[in-house]
Amino acid sequence: MATLQEQLATTSTRKQKPWFYLNGEERLAWLLVLPWIIGFLAFQLGPMLASLGLSLTEWRMFTPPQFIGLANYAEMISGDPLVFQAFKVTTIYSVVSVPMRIALGVLVALLLNASVRGLAFIRTVYYLPATVSGVAVAMVWLLILNGDFGLLNRALSLIGIEGPYWLTDTRTVLASFILMSLWGVGAGIIIYLAGLQGVPNELYEAAEVDGADDWVKFWKITIPMISPVLFFQFVIGMIDALQEFAGPFIMTQGGPGNASLFVMLYLFRQGFEFFQMGYASALAWVLFVYIMLLTLFIIRSSAVWVYYEGEVRGS
Amino acid sequence: MVVRSISGSQSRTRAFKMTFIYLALAVGMVIVILPFLWMVSTSLKTPADIFKIPTVWIPNPIVWDNYPNSMTILPFGRFILNTSKITGLAVVGATFSGSLAAFAFARLRWRGRNFMFVLVLSTLMLPFQVIMIPQFILFRELEWLDTYLPLVVPAFFGGSAFNIFLLRQYFMTISPELDDAAIIDGCSRFGVYWRIILPLSKAALMTVVIFIVQNRWQSFLVPLIYLFDQKKYTLALGLRLFQDQYTTEWELMMAAATVSMVPVLLVFYFGQRYFIQGVVFTGVKG
Repeated sequence: MATLQEQLATTSTRKQKPWFYLNGEERLAWLLVLPWIIGFLAFQLGPMLASLGLSLTEWRMFTPPQFIGLANYAEMISGDPLVFQAFKVTTIYSVVSVPMRIALGVLVALLLNASVRGLAFIRTVYYLPATVSGVAVAMVWLLILNGDFGLLNRALSLIGIEGPYWLTDTRTVLASFILMSLWGVGAGIIIYLAGLQGVPNELYEAAEVDGADDWVKFWKITIPMISPVLFFQFVIGMIDALQEFAGPFIMTQGGPGNASLFVMLYLFRQGFEFFQMGYASALAWVLFVYIMLLTLFIIRSSAVWVYYEGEVRGS
Repeated sequence: MVVRSISGSQSRTRAFKMTFIYLALAVGMVIVILPFLWMVSTSLKTPADIFKIPTVWIPNPIVWDNYPNSMTILPFGRFILNTSKITGLAVVGATFSGSLAAFAFARLRWRGRNFMFVLVLSTLMLPFQVIMIPQFILFRELEWLDTYLPLVVPAFFGGSAFNIFLLRQYFMTISPELDDAAIIDGCSRFGVYWRIILPLSKAALMTVVIFIVQNRWQSFLVPLIYLFDQKKYTLALGLRLFQDQYTTEWELMMAAATVSMVPVLLVFYFGQRYFIQGVVFTGVKG
């Protein structure tokens, strides 16, 4: 039984304890998070800041770095047309492929949501391509997209179309990568399906009473209700797409004529083939800022098209 | 009577609609599966069959020898062993350190918790390329180049924020009353993590393990940067080497690609319940 005096004593001692005093639970918590903090500082934040410093130097690895101010950034803007080309290619790829992936994913999810039989099996099949990635997938697509004996052109020839040399034609090489990215749409399907299943049925019933047809229901109920999911997928998808690497590295090396020179590929080349560490760091930072700006833009625009339940809106 | 005729026409539209849906889904499934079939079929062909028109789907003869040949032309046994080693260590490191952090975020009360959690989540948005070059320089200073350390050590320091996020979300669903009861019975807070939370979270841990395996097994850029000695190559680097040196031997390339995909597909097949649950749970694919 604690007396009033004792209680007062404990509260007053607690007040006297300095702000950095940790009780047992807090000490344990920091201890458990400590590995992550060390990893974050040593492998993420530290390197990130270091690369900002590096981007102001000329450094070829074998000689000491030389401070050159903003010269790397100036070079990117005015002296190196490949930078613009790389950003153009990457942006076109991302801006086209991500919305297409989302549209296709939602479409398949809608079909699956129509209470089909064998849902688990169909879902598994659609998910399969999302489980594999990297070099093996690039090799398979190299064969599929081959102009002479690839699967795609064989299929096209069945309907009388003579397919192009997909990966060596400047007009089709980006389309090839977009097509390839659509194949791996399965993860999105599962997420959208979960979102669709969360839309309350009463909303549709109420709309039916008001005489809404399927088209209206889709645009006025389904899309607004799953818009937070679409939004999240859009952001994650863009960040991912802007960093595309393995596919172009293995399949085209950026060619033909730099038509598939993705930023990551150019960055890798500058850093690990030409050993221009300073310039590559500057390039990395520009890409980072670019990704952040695009993300910010998407978040800003989301106020217009993303609907959160329970949110009050002025009209 | 009128009512019945309406419902009759309704069920007919519905039947029509369902037929269309199944048809569309079936076409989609064929498109999704074809590249896999094409890969396996090519891996069993003679070179002549690969170029033949019309398309040969079932090779004649079936050249099983392509598989042993593709595996011995380069030391693929060694590549598989190397990749397994790296993947295994990454799984142990990331699940352990990640679940500790997740426990602190889900179960302990401490000042700074929300700030730290936001910090963890913000690293999800941090693109790898910004840290790629300074990390390389750091590991070069540590003389870790051409070793597995750069591939494995970061996993022991929390691993990916995604894992922490997923585990934290899952731990939150376990009733806190269990913790209290255990503590009253004399269990330490760490004991709660070890004896209560972990055993109850097998499904979530499984999900994390599967995502890490899938990621590490196929990872390309990081091994490409850090490994130079061919003996230390991972499967992905080995495939790349293969593609570089034997560009035209499609049947061998496809055999090697098939072998490299089989473990990933098996892991997915047996763990798909956890897989799909994890994707739905977080809204992100690992």
